[in-house]
Amino acid sequence: MDFLNAIILLLNYIFMPALAYGSQLALGAIFVTLIYGILRFANFATGDMMAFGTMFTILFTWYFQSIGISLGVLPTALLAIPFAIVLTIFYMLLVDKFVFKYYRTNKSPPVQLAMVSIGVMFVTQAIVRIIISPADRRFYDGERFIIKAGEFKEMTGLNEGLAIKSSQVLTIFVTIVLVSTLFWFLNKTKTGKSMRAYSDNEDLALLSGIDPKRVVMITWIIAGILATIGGALYGLDKSFKPFTYFNNMLPIFAAAIVGGIGNPFGAFLGGYVIAFSEIFLTYAYKKFFMYILPASMEPESLVQLLSTDYKFAVSFSILIIVLLYRPNGIFKGKVL
Amino acid sequence: MRKHLNVILAYTIMLGLIIFVGIFQSWNVALSIFNMCLISAVMTMGANIQWGYAGLINFGLMGYAALGGLAAVLISVDPVQEAWVAGGFSILMALWLIIAMIFIVRFILKHFQKSKFRTYGIALIIISGIIIIKVTTQSSIEAIENVNPATTGFLGGLGLPIMFSWIVGAFFAAGLAFIVGKVALGLRADYLAIATLLISEIVIAIIKHEDWLTRGVKNVIGLKRPAPYEVELQTKEWFVNLVARFNSSKLDVISSISDKQAALNQLVIEGSSVFVKLCYSGLFLIVVVILLIFTQKALYSPWGRMMRAIRDNEEAANAMGKNVVKQHLLIFILGSAIVGLAGAMLVTQDGLFTPGSYQPMRYTFLIWVMVIVGGSGNNFGAILGGFVVWFLWIEAAPIALFLINIFTSGLDDAHVLKVHLIESIPYFRYLMMGIGLLLIMRYRPKGILPEKIEIK
Repeated sequence: MDFLNAIILLLNYIFMPALAYGSQLALGAIFVTLIYGILRFANFATGDMMAFGTMFTILFTWYFQSIGISLGVLPTALLAIPFAIVLTIFYMLLVDKFVFKYYRTNKSPPVQLAMVSIGVMFVTQAIVRIIISPADRRFYDGERFIIKAGEFKEMTGLNEGLAIKSSQVLTIFVTIVLVSTLFWFLNKTKTGKSMRAYSDNEDLALLSGIDPKRVVMITWIIAGILATIGGALYGLDKSFKPFTYFNNMLPIFAAAIVGGIGNPFGAFLGGYVIAFSEIFLTYAYKKFFMYILPASMEPESLVQLLSTDYKFAVSFSILIIVLLYRPNGIFKGKVL
Repeated sequence: MRKHLNVILAYTIMLGLIIFVGIFQSWNVALSIFNMCLISAVMTMGANIQWGYAGLINFGLMGYAALGGLAAVLISVDPVQEAWVAGGFSILMALWLIIAMIFIVRFILKHFQKSKFRTYGIALIIISGIIIIKVTTQSSIEAIENVNPATTGFLGGLGLPIMFSWIVGAFFAAGLAFIVGKVALGLRADYLAIATLLISEIVIAIIKHEDWLTRGVKNVIGLKRPAPYEVELQTKEWFVNLVARFNSSKLDVISSISDKQAALNQLVIEGSSVFVKLCYSGLFLIVVVILLIFTQKALYSPWGRMMRAIRDNEEAANAMGKNVVKQHLLIFILGSAIVGLAGAMLVTQDGLFTPGSYQPMRYTFLIWVMVIVGGSGNNFGAILGGFVVWFLWIEAAPIALFLINIFTSGLDDAHVLKVHLIESIPYFRYLMMGIGLLLIMRYRPKGILPEKIEIK
């Protein structure tokens, strides 16, 4: 029984949150990696573009709520996401046309494009803050829990409760659907294959008659979908605050590089690697050991490897170790 | 003369703008902008050495600036005796342990062949060392943090004049840059950017949460000053006389003696804060001029030529027998040290150290905007960038208000859109910076004052 309790404890406090957080990071990391693989620069505006998509999701959610449309148990935001995606893609294509295109056609070095993306980051950040203000906002409506901790205890008769938040399940479900569709698209369809070819070798791809404009446009469309959904899921699960989204850029970069930049599957797994290691290393295991060890051996301290303040530092340290020993990432990068 | 015409013109306009603010807003505001411009200029010079001279991209400026600020605290604050009694010994022991660990790792690196076994051994030593340090110091750290937590709760510093910290801050930053450089300089440019950005975040996390060393988010306030205090200045007779002489024409107009005294008092209060700011300006100006002389000399020296050769073609420079790795590390350390110096200057001017205020937006990306806008590779350009961007950063709000009022002049004052726009004025500065950066990168990619190398 104690063993079961310990397992449920870990499931509740480590596994479920890490899985949800990892999915959110994974979507962002695929976004980064796609831009890096096909457009060949590190996009520093990642976090703010996600905030941009989430902002429109919130605005549409408010609009739907005001005219009385809702999805019952599901959050209204699900209905708002498609509209937000369209606007985000529109914004990204606009930015590409007026900013990035010039440097792409001039074949500028990647560093210059990264610098330009910092300019885009400033502008996007300003737009988001001007439109929706930098306040912390929650926009989750509908049923909050699938199983509440109390109900679970009653059902199983265990000491530990397992609370499953609907936002977590939603996140994981949407991520699985989205990522599998994306991989199907990249691997099976003609357009997806042309994107991979373009990423592998630009000149060869041009020779075989692939239209670069189309590839770039489709990349931004996929990026817009990923950014909006990733951002909206994060906002649904936690809350929306432009500043947090800007900061999330850093673990997202870490996830993309750990997985091998340019490799979407690596980025997908990288998100989970980062999320799990952050939560594993900063969780206080005292209660866990109280369950599995006999009473005489119970630990006195919190048995916490690192304080939660160092959550971000953990993922960054992992990144630096990976960069040192395997600069291509865990899964060889740059294949797409 | 004609060659330098654009430099002179640009600086004249810039100073003119600051004087304009002084006349129309107040001299206090103008001088505080001027001082921050000088500090920003020092930071941009550091970034410019790395980016403009050597093409190294360092997005970790924030970390070095924060270390400089930490140096200001550790040098100038008086030591907290009780805290040292409570836990100083085990902290010192832990320090020795770290030094011993470094030597062991170095020994292994030197005397064993590269193998998987060696890698795992080093990892094991480091991890077990960290665990030992954590276990042994935990109780004493708690003891230190419990000494008077409302006012101290940390070990304090050395109690020396704060000016020393400018040099020490530079050394701290140089030390960090040495480690970062050893680790990350082999990476490609965009990886290097991300790696340095993340390392600086780690540094900030440590400064924020190691309360025994830095007081963390509780902040350290009331640092010593190299300049006199306003309150003391107001009681000094020579200062009151000075203010009276400066404003004699204004004071002579007032006839009644009591009114004259009240006016004089008001002027003395204003004058004292202007005077203190002028003291800082003088100090900062000396630093900027010294750095400018050194960096200009370096730029035109054989060493500067070699750096440009490395920047423009690494392989060719390598083939000519230049040690690219060593020079990159050297310039990375030099540039970071200057940023650390600027960080110490900033904390000195503010008189307080707030780890929570170190944001990458303000201390890394804004400085990069300054370098790009001003002109990378040109020291005068970098300094000008610091001035222009900081000036706009501060004056963005009034400019935005002015523009909003023009564009919404047709609307009613209580119109929702107008109210919303006026509420979000603080964020227009980001918009201005972004658009400014994008325009400069597109139409003048070398900056306002581009790099100009003359062969003498």
